[in-house]
Formats: sequence, structure tokens, C-alpha cells
Amino acid sequence: MRIALFVTCVNDLVFPGTGRAVVRVLERLGHTVEFPAEQGCCGQMHANSGYRDEALPLVANYVKTFDGYDAIVGPSGSCVAMIRDWYPKLVSGADAVAARTYELSELLVDVLGVTDVGAAFPHRVTYHPTCHGLRMLRLGDRPYRLLRAVRGLELVDLPGAEECCGFGGTFAMKNAGVSGAMLADKCASIVDTGAEYVAAVDNSCLAHIGGGLSRTRVKAKPIHYAEILAS
Amino acid sequence: MTGTGNIVARLPFPVAARKELADTQLRANLRRATHTIRDKRLRVVGEVPDWEELRVAGAAIKDDVLARLPELLERFEAAATAAGATVHWARDAAEACTVVTDLVRRSGATEVVKVKSMATQEIGLNEALEAAGIEAVETDLAELIVQLAGDTPSHILVPAIHYNRTQIRDIFDRNGLLSDRARTDDPPALAEAARRHLRAKFLSAKVGISGANFAVADSGTLVVVESEGNGRMCLTLPETLISVVGIEKIVPTFRDLEVFLQLLPRSSTGERMNPYTSLWTGVTPGDGPQTVHIVLVDNGRTDTLADEVGRQALRCIRCSACLNVCPVYERVGGHAYGSVYPGPIGAILSPQMSGGGANRTLPYASTLCGACFDACPVRINIPEVLVHLRQIGKHPPAERAAMRALSWTMRDRRRYAAALRLARRSAAPVRWLAGDRIRHLPWPLSAWTRFRDAPLPAPESFRDWWTRAHG
Ligand code: SF4
Repeated sequence: MRIALFVTCVNDLVFPGTGRAVVRVLERLGHTVEFPAEQGCCGQMHANSGYRDEALPLVANYVKTFDGYDAIVGPSGSCVAMIRDWYPKLVSGADAVAARTYELSELLVDVLGVTDVGAAFPHRVTYHPTCHGLRMLRLGDRPYRLLRAVRGLELVDLPGAEECCGFGGTFAMKNAGVSGAMLADKCASIVDTGAEYVAAVDNSCLAHIGGGLSRTRVKAKPIHYAEILAS
Repeated sequence: MTGTGNIVARLPFPVAARKELADTQLRANLRRATHTIRDKRLRVVGEVPDWEELRVAGAAIKDDVLARLPELLERFEAAATAAGATVHWARDAAEACTVVTDLVRRSGATEVVKVKSMATQEIGLNEALEAAGIEAVETDLAELIVQLAGDTPSHILVPAIHYNRTQIRDIFDRNGLLSDRARTDDPPALAEAARRHLRAKFLSAKVGISGANFAVADSGTLVVVESEGNGRMCLTLPETLISVVGIEKIVPTFRDLEVFLQLLPRSSTGERMNPYTSLWTGVTPGDGPQTVHIVLVDNGRTDTLADEVGRQALRCIRCSACLNVCPVYERVGGHAYGSVYPGPIGAILSPQMSGGGANRTLPYASTLCGACFDACPVRINIPEVLVHLRQIGKHPPAERAAMRALSWTMRDRRRYAAALRLARRSAAPVRWLAGDRIRHLPWPLSAWTRFRDAPLPAPESFRDWWTRAHG
């Protein structure tokens, strides 16, 4: 199977460790990962902020770059949701490549049929199911199953887990006050768990949550769950 | 014709929200109330095995109505008229208020009793009546609280959701509803005080004013769904009844009510069935109001109908489930939305009905988390409409320029790689000075660092690592 990695622009620039982690997990499972260098941004920020015309060339570039692969894995719930839910509505002929684009937990659990990826991470971890992973991709318990199979990991429930953290892309800037209030509540719930790490499928939400946690000098650290699976 | 009245925000949402955010009592009240009702809703919705099918059916009936609205409205008018009602048409809020005020004047009444109704809130009827020297008495408990407080509603279903019971006791006390020995904040005692206050009004009122949850085209029947029974008093005791109804309230046949009378109570109050459902068709000699007027209001609905993506907002049955699950509403409450329609539905409805001005900020008052879409009993894809409205709206020039530049850079491999390199290089000295996290960014990014630290670009981008590791 030809698996391509769509690393996403935020990960490429700010969180390259997440991309490296995905490669590591898949190679450990015996797969070869390809990285098509033509890839760019999925266009989510443009589309969601109301810049449809500016998003379209990015969508076209994605479709062209990834068309020939059996599976494309993107370590970002919101980018994969953008591709799967919006692409077919934005450009014709995007259906097939959109349907073959998976969030990491979908690729592992549904396509490759694994829940134990052979990782060990002896820490107390709580998991925040980001809105796009939860309500657009309907990831359900897939990430939990993967995390529960990690040796030494103690998974603790996050109170009010399904509530939005307040990131929302440009919402965090345009409505900074409301976003900050939502973030404060999310951080308080994370602190309540006493976890050392808060994991999620999306580094954008984690950057926001991590920024809030570090501001309040809480010790819990944000971590993309791919990095736990790669450990 | 563009809608007018209480659907036009005066302040941009972020500005209005700032004031509400500062009110910690308000936030605590809202959090408690919305969480209680959302848990209750989840429980009772979970009991219905075919809930998803019901939602699909509800959406389909409403879509069918929207597709042939003119025809159905005419059928409704004919049936209602044949049953003895008089039907009036109003293009906007001002016209609707004029029609109602004239009707009340002609009846000679100086006081009317009101059933809680969003349509009359929307058109600003109470203010218009007051200006004409007519006192309008709200008979719904929560609406009465808001009226006595001289406030505006902050929720579609529970207009006084932003008050706790101590605050309500004080409002009643200020208005002389409580006797000295009854200065309690016990809810049954407060309800009893309201009941005593309203009883005299019910018995003396000559005119009742209502809205309607549904209007059946085939039979000309109007339907009001409520919990307290005060609505039924207003609908049966006065001699004259005036019902103000939005044109999207139509359902084709009586049978269609079967779907909505299941969807509505579970979604709104978390009840299996609402205590009172009142239906009336024109005039019945010797029983109930002998003069019945129906005012059908457009107020921006036809404009909304013209938009293929946005028109789904007209499916709304005003259950308020989307408000109760919305994390933004939970933090700021209804007043920040500047319209009688707050929360997620307000964010798509108010801008479409009234266009322009401060309402343009409403489509951005959402993280697109999708909780509203999941909760909506008629499957309105609120996030989809929000994004659509952002697309057809105007953008700030600086933001537009930045978005264009980003798109231009990211669609080309070489430009993209060069930009990554530049970002990384500019970050290097900052990292050297400040470490991995930034506490203050310059404008316009300062909005980010007001509430959170910012991460820096990594020392090596993923693609550089890939080239290094895989050649
Ligand atoms: S949009 Fe849907 S959930 Fe919100 S009030 Fe209307 S019907 Fe209820």
C-alpha cells in the first residue's frame, strides 16, 4: 500500500516532531511512508474565514499532489475534516482523494487494523477530543483505544471533554475575549485531572491550550498523541 | 425587503461580549442553567430510538414548505379566512406593529395580555403598544420577570436565564409582587406571587396577543406549545385574539404536527411532552375569542429564502437547543448578540434577515465546533451557514491582503519552502532571547498573546528534516 504523509502547514513549520512521529509509527509497523514535496496547506484557514477563492488553489494543489496514493494520513483532525467534508463540495473530482485521506487513528484502526503500535509512555495522560475529530470525523473511541494500548500509560478522564477549547482558528483572534474564557475553563479541567500531559489529534488546539497552560504556569504539557504512539 | 426591529445589533459582537464576559455572576448563572437543561435534553433524546429519523423528517417537511411557501401561505389564508379569522400581511417590523396597534385601538382596549412569542419580540411590539398608550402584560413567568426588570430577553425559551432566583426575588420585591412575610426565593412561592399578580389581568383583559409555533396550511389552524398554562388563558379568555406569525411557521397538514410535537419539547425543555398544546382555527361561536386576527410577518424572511445555503435557517422551530450547547453563548449570554435571536441560530438568522452593520460580526461569533448542528432537531447545518455568510460578507482590507499573500505562497512548492525558511530564521534570534514561548506578540497578533503564550517555528521544518533523513 502506498501511504503518503500530509504533514499540514502548522506541523511543517512549528511542530515537525509530530510529522516525524507519524513516520516512525508507520515504519515500526512495517510500512513505507512517502512525503510528496509538492504539498502545501489544506486551505482550512482560508475557507473557514470566508476566503473561498483563496482556498481553491490550495485545494487543487492537494488533489493533484495526492491523487495517486492508496492512503493519505494527516496528523490533524481539523485539516482532515476540511479535506473530507469540504473538498468534495468545493471542487469536482475531489471525492476519491478526499475519501482516501485519513486521520492517523482512522488509518491505524480502520485501514491497518492495529490498536497496539508497540509504544511505551509511562505517564499520566488525559485526552481532549477536539471538535473536528469529535463531530466532523466522528473518531469516537479510536484514539482512546490506541492510547490504552500504550505500555505504562495511565489514561485519565477529562471533565467536560467534549467542550470546545475556544481555539476556532481566527476566532481566537477575532473574539479573543470569549476564546480566552473558554480556554480558562478547559485549562481548569485539565488541571483537575492531575495529568502530566494533555493529548489531542490537533496541534492547533494544542498550541492554544498549551499557550494557556504555560501562561498559568500549570505543569501539564500539551502533546500530539502521535508522539506518544511513537515513543 | 430587509428585516427591521429587534434583530439589528447595535454593537459589534466582540465589543458587546466584552461587557458580558466581565460579569462573573452572569457566567455562573448561565453555566448552571445551560448545563442542567442540556443534560436533561440528552437524556430524553436518548430515549427515542428513531430520533435521527425524526430529525430527517422534520428537516424534510420544512424544506418542502420553503420550496412552495407562497402556495402554502395562500392556502393557509384561505382556510383561516373561511374559519372566520381575518388575515393581515406585514412586510417588516414597523408594518406589523402598525397593524396590531390599530387593531387594539379599534377594540377600545388599553391593556392586552400576551402569550410569550418571539415574533412579537422581534417586531418590538411592546414598545410600539406603549407608545400608543396601550399596556402589554407578559404572562409567561420568565418573560414577566424580564419585563418587570425593564430588561430584554437573553434566551429564546428562557428569557430570564441570566438571573438566579435571588435576583428574581429582588425584581418581584421591587415591583410589589411580594408581601412582607413572603420575601423568600423559593421557586414555588415566586411562581405563586406571579400567579396572583396575573390572575386579575387575565380576567379583565379584552384583547390577547400571541404568536404561534406552527400554522397548518390545510386547515388554517394555529398551534401554541407551552409549559405553564398562562398561554391557554390568553388564548381563551379575551374577546379578541391577535396572533403574530412569521411566514416560515407553516406546515402543510395536520399530520405533520406529529413530527414536530415530538421534536420540540424534548429539544427545548428536555420534556417528553409539553404540558399544554393549544390549537385554534378561526372563530367558534360561543367558545373562546369571537374576533381572531392573524398577522403574517415577512421581515426579511423572503430575503433569507432567496439564499440557497442560508435558507435552511428558516427551518428553525425556536427550540433553543443550539443555545444551550453553545460554548460561546454559555460565556456571554444572549444580550451580546444584540438581537432577540441569540446563540448559534441568531448568528445565522439575524444577519440574513437584517443584513449589514454590526450584524456582520455575528457569523464570526463561533469556533465552528459543531455542537449546535448535532443538537438541532431540524438538522440546520449552522457551521455550514456560518462559513457561507463569512464568504459572502465583506472582509477587512488588511486581512484580505494577508490571506491572499498566504494563499499565493502556499500553493507553490518553492515559494512555500522559502517562506518556511524565512519564518524559521526570523524566529532564531527570538528563541535565543525568549526561549520557546512568546508572551507578547506585536499587533495584530497581540490578540493571541493577550490570553496565551505563542509557540515559535521549530529550528528545523519537517520538510528539511525529511530531505536530510531520506535524501
Ligand atoms: S436552530 Fe435548531 S437547535 Fe437552534 S433553535 Fe432553531 S431548531 Fe432549535
